[in-house]
Amino acid sequence: MTWSEMWPELNTAGLDTLYMVWWSTVYAVLAGLPLGVLLVLTDRGGQLQNIVVNKTVGAVVNIGRSLPFIILIVALIPFSRFVVGTSIGPTAAVVALAIGATPFFARLVETAIREVDGGLVEAVQSMGGGTWTIVFKVLLPQALPSLIAGLTTTIITLISYSAMAGAVGGGGLGNLAIVNGYQRSDDRLMLVTVVLLVVVVTIVQFIGDVVVRIIGRRTGTVPAGSSWLRRRGPRKPIAELAPRPAAEVAPGDGPTASARAGTG
Amino acid sequence: MITTTGLTKVYRSRGREVTALDGVDLHVREGEVFGVVGQSGAGKSTLIRCVNLLERPSSGTVTVAGTDLTALAGNGQRANAALRRARSRIGMVFQHFNLLSSRTVQGNVELPLEILGVSGKERSRKAIELLGLVGLADKAKSYPAQLSGGQKQRVGIARALAGDPKVLLSDEATSALDPETTRSILQLLRDLNQQLGLTVLLITHEMDVVKTVCDSAALMKDGRVVETGTVSEVLATPGSELARELFPVGGEASGADRTVVDVTFLGETASQPVISQLSRTYNIDISILGAAMDTVGGRQVGRMRIELPGPFEENVVPIGFLREQGLNVEIAPTGTVPTAAGAAALAPAAALVKEGAK
Ligand SMILES: Nc1ncnc2c1ncn2[C@@H]1O[C@H](COP(=O)(O)OP(=O)(O)OP(=O)(O)O)[C@@H](O)[C@H]1O
Ligand SMILES: [Mg+2]
Repeated sequence: MTWSEMWPELNTAGLDTLYMVWWSTVYAVLAGLPLGVLLVLTDRGGQLQNIVVNKTVGAVVNIGRSLPFIILIVALIPFSRFVVGTSIGPTAAVVALAIGATPFFARLVETAIREVDGGLVEAVQSMGGGTWTIVFKVLLPQALPSLIAGLTTTIITLISYSAMAGAVGGGGLGNLAIVNGYQRSDDRLMLVTVVLLVVVVTIVQFIGDVVVRIIGRRTGTVPAGSSWLRRRGPRKPIAELAPRPAAEVAPGDGPTASARAGTG
Repeated sequence: MITTTGLTKVYRSRGREVTALDGVDLHVREGEVFGVVGQSGAGKSTLIRCVNLLERPSSGTVTVAGTDLTALAGNGQRANAALRRARSRIGMVFQHFNLLSSRTVQGNVELPLEILGVSGKERSRKAIELLGLVGLADKAKSYPAQLSGGQKQRVGIARALAGDPKVLLSDEATSALDPETTRSILQLLRDLNQQLGLTVLLITHEMDVVKTVCDSAALMKDGRVVETGTVSEVLATPGSELARELFPVGGEASGADRTVVDVTFLGETASQPVISQLSRTYNIDISILGAAMDTVGGRQVGRMRIELPGPFEENVVPIGFLREQGLNVEIAPTGTVPTAAGAAALAPAAALVKEGAK
């Protein structure tokens, strides 16, 4: 295949991938976020403790996560037809991708929220805050960096899952690499597509890390689970944080602070 | 202001039962700073968490500012609207500050106001005012991660005051701070208590905290309040363990046939030369084994362990003299006479055990 023949193919496949990943991410977040929150709230000692609901949701999520995606996508063919009126094409693939990614993201949300210090929940309860306040003013904002790191991971997983969408004629870059590149032994096309995928994944990871880093730097928290940060993070925060307490504690809390308290 | 009656809390986990509170009757008067002390595991945190029902008592009642919270709360595990409204009138500060790192200092202070449904403009006005009160007006836009421990606790206090509480609960608020910072935070609590008429219930394991800021104190042991009263009352109580903890006086008798006496001075008596009078009047040599002096609530308070020559029977008159001077006098629990006798009585038994071991 020449470059000029390749271009329209890449263009269509790229747009298909974008379409599938975008919409499946949107639905996976819309469904996974509440599920993750629910898993935490209904757990033992949670605000809405309900073991039955917790175990049921947990089991469903586990089943969803343990099914190989390719099986899920085939099994969901009738369901896709029912929901979007077709069982082939990118739109049908979105149904399967969203359903496949929802439990994945839900677990990441759950983990992120469990990392939030229980003392903060207690503090808000002591102010008279209810469950709503706890979720929207404490759990989600405090877990935001971890949630974004989880979102990044989910998007990247969806990009790789979307290669399997070819099974239902979903198209996309991954499918192009497999069908036109690998199976027809067009090495150049395969290489270009794979490089393109690597570039897309790198960009997504980079953006995710930058956002996490910006929030983390402001709030002084760096979540686990962000590869780029893990590699380069430790040196920076320690260097940044170390001199600060020494420089600030002394003047801030010495005699000046007590003097202020005395007059204030 | 805060009254608990028969407060009991039993934790059940995996079939094991832990009685954290065992019938606690506590009374904190309006406008006072009340300190609760006790060893780790005595139930102090459980008690303070029961006061705003973060922890549901197994039985007993909690009344704060005339409202019976236990009746308000109903039976459900979740806090209903009535309980939440009552909680918003009780401020709480924590050992580890519990500030939201995702919000600025001002955002943290505004949080309770958001819960109360105060409008945006009013919220920021109030938050700025409170930050001024705790001496952090210039830090409003900072994030908690950029503050020192003492500054974080000031934010915690400002936040606790946002709902115009009548009562402030503090669980080891200064335990994560250095002594200097502890002093400035305690001073702040004292100022707030005096300026705003705030009633403060604080938990601490530092006796210095009680000495510095508390009007009253209670000693907890194994889920019970074993001693309680104003600090002066406690110090004036013969045999008070709390007094001993507040003013520990060490020192062993220098030999057998001595009488060791703990003397507590309060107020005016502290400034009188009682010991030299005693020495001159009865012509006896007095050794001072240990002493502690401090100002508690603006009054001079001290404890002293002195040693008089001769056994107790010979010292009845001098001890009577000390009591006449208005001093609180106790014969030290580690008096040499009973110990010596006890040791003598035990010796043969120990010998027998040794023999048995062979
Ligand atoms: N959630 C819980 N589940 C089971 N047992 C608990 C729980 N919380 C406290 N306890 C037990 O209750 C007792 C009192 O605990 P509490 O935290 O009130 O002690 P404390 O006086 O505050 O101690 P410290 O000075 O160490 O803070 C302890 O024996 C503790 O193990
Ligand atoms: Mg405690």
